Amino acid sequence: MASILAVDDSASMRQMVSFTLKGAGYQVREATDGVEALEIAKTETFDLVLTDVNMPNMNGIELVQNLRQQDNYKFTPMLMLTTESAGDMKMQGKAAGATGWIVKPFNPDQLLSTIKRVLG
Amino acid sequence: MSVDLSQFHQVFFEESFEGLDVMESELLEMDPADVDDETVNNIFRAAHSIKGGAGTFGFMPISEFTHVVETLLDEIRGGKRAMQAEYVDLFLQSVDCIRGMLTDMQSGNEPESERPAELKAQFEKILGMAEGPADTQPEEAAGDDSGGWIIQVKPHPGLLMTGNEPFRMFREVRDLVGEEHFTVEADISGVPEFTSLSPEECVLSWTLKVTKNVPLDDLKVIFEWVEDDCDLEYQTLGGEADIAAAEAPDSAVNESGTDTVAAPVAVTEKTAAPAEKAQKAQKKPAAEGSSIRVSIDKVDSLINMVGELVITQSMLGQLGQDFDLSRLAKLREGLSQLEQNTRELQESVMKIRMMPISFAFSRFPRLVRDLGNQLGKKVLLETIGEQTELDKTVMEKISDPLVHLVRNSMDHGLETTEKRIAAGKSEEGTITLNAYHQGGNIVIEIADDGAGLNEEKILQKAVEKGLVPENNNLTPEEIHQLIFLPGFSTADAVSDISGRGVGMDVVRRNIQALNGTIEVKSHRGVGSTFTIRLPLTLAILDGQLVKVCNETYIFPLVSIVESIQIQPSALNHVTGSQYVMQLRDEYIPIVRLDTIFGLREKDDHNEEMMLVVVEGDNEKIGIVVDDLLGQQQVVIKSLEQNYRKVSGISGATILGDGTVALIIDISSIGRNIVPVKRHQTRSERAA
Amino acid sequence: MEELKNENLVLNGEHADEQQYLTFIMSGEEYGVDILAVQEIRGWEEPTLIPNSPGYIRGVINLRGTIVPIMDLRLRFGLNEAGYTATTVVIILKFDGDNGERVMGIVVDAVSDVYTIADEDTRKPPELTEDDNSDFIKGLVNVNEKMVILLDVEELLRLNTDFVQESFTQSEK
Repeated sequence: MASILAVDDSASMRQMVSFTLKGAGYQVREATDGVEALEIAKTETFDLVLTDVNMPNMNGIELVQNLRQQDNYKFTPMLMLTTESAGDMKMQGKAAGATGWIVKPFNPDQLLSTIKRVLG
Repeated sequence: MSVDLSQFHQVFFEESFEGLDVMESELLEMDPADVDDETVNNIFRAAHSIKGGAGTFGFMPISEFTHVVETLLDEIRGGKRAMQAEYVDLFLQSVDCIRGMLTDMQSGNEPESERPAELKAQFEKILGMAEGPADTQPEEAAGDDSGGWIIQVKPHPGLLMTGNEPFRMFREVRDLVGEEHFTVEADISGVPEFTSLSPEECVLSWTLKVTKNVPLDDLKVIFEWVEDDCDLEYQTLGGEADIAAAEAPDSAVNESGTDTVAAPVAVTEKTAAPAEKAQKAQKKPAAEGSSIRVSIDKVDSLINMVGELVITQSMLGQLGQDFDLSRLAKLREGLSQLEQNTRELQESVMKIRMMPISFAFSRFPRLVRDLGNQLGKKVLLETIGEQTELDKTVMEKISDPLVHLVRNSMDHGLETTEKRIAAGKSEEGTITLNAYHQGGNIVIEIADDGAGLNEEKILQKAVEKGLVPENNNLTPEEIHQLIFLPGFSTADAVSDISGRGVGMDVVRRNIQALNGTIEVKSHRGVGSTFTIRLPLTLAILDGQLVKVCNETYIFPLVSIVESIQIQPSALNHVTGSQYVMQLRDEYIPIVRLDTIFGLREKDDHNEEMMLVVVEGDNEKIGIVVDDLLGQQQVVIKSLEQNYRKVSGISGATILGDGTVALIIDISSIGRNIVPVKRHQTRSERAA
Repeated sequence: MEELKNENLVLNGEHADEQQYLTFIMSGEEYGVDILAVQEIRGWEEPTLIPNSPGYIRGVINLRGTIVPIMDLRLRFGLNEAGYTATTVVIILKFDGDNGERVMGIVVDAVSDVYTIADEDTRKPPELTEDDNSDFIKGLVNVNEKMVILLDVEELLRLNTDFVQESFTQSEK
């Protein structure tokens, strides 16, 4: 079953995302910020990376940038969780190499349908 | 599949409260004139998380309010605006407001709307916002009277590097319209020679044909992520190009707006449900510290200890299998090992409940700041020893007394700015909180460099209230002790802050309830220091074992002043059942444990006895027992859980031989305990 | 020293209106308590005296780390005190009080049996004297031509606040 790396500094969001995705049969690994995520990604390859934008130590944009530099993550779908409805953050994300975005607040069903769109 | 989000609510509340604490402490520490980016970012992120979480879990009032707070913070961190002192105050007030809203929603109540609206208005004024909905419904030509669509998709070579995959999007289109309405054709004309083919580039393009009447927007949404990485052309099946390939950026935004409009609707529907459910659910008070964060090291160390205990146990088990006296030495060794393991395990477990006192100290910067403003005094707060650890429950219970002491210092201790300058002191008064370990206790000092205790005023008030006789000869230290008497207060006007007169004696009683002590040292004109001593944990007591009529009782070691041998004749009768005794230059009341516990008749015992002088509630009492036994640490067990409260007894413990021993309650033993009946003691029964 | 744990016993009879009772002997009479209230049965051990407690409270013992009061049921019922012999047992009862679960032990002469008794067979006790003791009695039942007095555990173990009065009355007997 597909594996997902979920990155968010908010424990409640992580839990919600993790629970929802696991319930749908995905394998989920959690990280609390970009630095932790990058460490995990060095030794494990995931089918999808789901990351919040605003995090301490390394934000979501930097994380995507860094991940894209790794060979095994060149083409991996990476989705950003953003509350910005203005195009600015999305532009930044795209420029960094993100695949797409999910706008917060979202409910579990929206999360699942978006993930499904990417992973099938 | 639908996920019940309420299971995440508690975590959301906890992390939000923590986030608010972070915001508050950063705001209090910052100097508006010289703010560093990291600080603003931290505050922004905390607000952002709360807003996001609140929105996700359906707490819309909080999400909406926090949104304006976040917006101003965003402008500041983006350099659009500079931080100002007035903003800091507004932010601090918002923190309070959000806290209140969270507490309300956590207990299942509707949050109040006046305060948030009031503050929101202030934010909006600053931001110059004409408040319109964040997501506007864009006017889009639906164009759905065509028979279908033709979509030309020509990805830029770098599309794949974004992790997007054309196949997925085509699949989505197919799922949207149905297989029978969907065809796709690839154009391989762009594929170069094999040798110059880069597998990472996308060199194909496609033509999709949709023969179903779907709104254009529905199709566009599928490609929204790749709009900038593809050339997209939409044509109605009638032939005209409806929309140009190059999409203007703001319509791109509008399209995503369409998507997000759908989202809030879904969310608002859901908010009705959680709000309702929350109200229907029982009103429970905000969970008060029901969980504890433990560092993983403590847990690991605990696991190690248990491991060693298991080894020792198995060793002793083996020894017990076929034991004979020749192996006695080994047995002793094993038992000593067991004792060490148990002790280490005990320490390890107690450490788990230990938390740094910084948690208790954290509310003071805010308190001092607000109070300083209120009193018009400049106060500097210094904290030392924030990492000193103590039991979580002790810390929770010491919090209010500490607040009272600090308020006291600020109100009564520290002089006004003018008086300070006149006295040659610095303009700013200093309050110092200092915590450290000493012996098996934690010591907390609250010191101020104010005027010190006003002995004349205190004495005067005490005489007025009849607490001391007029012609007294009290030393300054004794006068200081008077403030701990019930009903005492020297505040002329009962100020809200601390002059209520319920203060110091309640503080002392609270501390005594924790088996602790409080002392005061003061110098006129220089300042005062209150010193609180607390045992590191509530459940364990350093005890002095005593014997009375073959029954064993325990005195809290911390209350014992001294112990002396006496002859029963040394006790003087004052009234029928009251005794006093002269101890050097004072008369102290005497309590005979044997008689008040109904263990023995008054005159039955004529041998030497032990007098244990204890201090409880600021008065000395002499308690007569038969003999002193050893001292040991005992674990306090509740008597009330299965029985009830007993006068003179504070709890029970289990001795090494498995029997129960009762712990004497020093504060209530002095009060009149009338022996009800004469019990048959162990020794009498055995006879 | 037996330790009868509830888990080993069949719960409440086959039918909904039946209950199982553990019975014991005191002064020649047979009494019964709801088996679900019985936590365990122990032999007699000397408890620690509690000062100024009613005479029927013998003291407290250590039950695996918990302090449990021990009540002499004979004294509670105003019967004559008996010496403690080899068959003297302490039945540890547990029940849900106002402040959570409470545990208390009662000293009886000997344990008797376990009966399954249908509710309909129990009779209400006749209106006896003003004796407080009648509050404890849940009902009377006939088992094999013997009368068994069924006790209400909660009432039995209720500790009155007016201790002083009570113990004076007791000690005057």
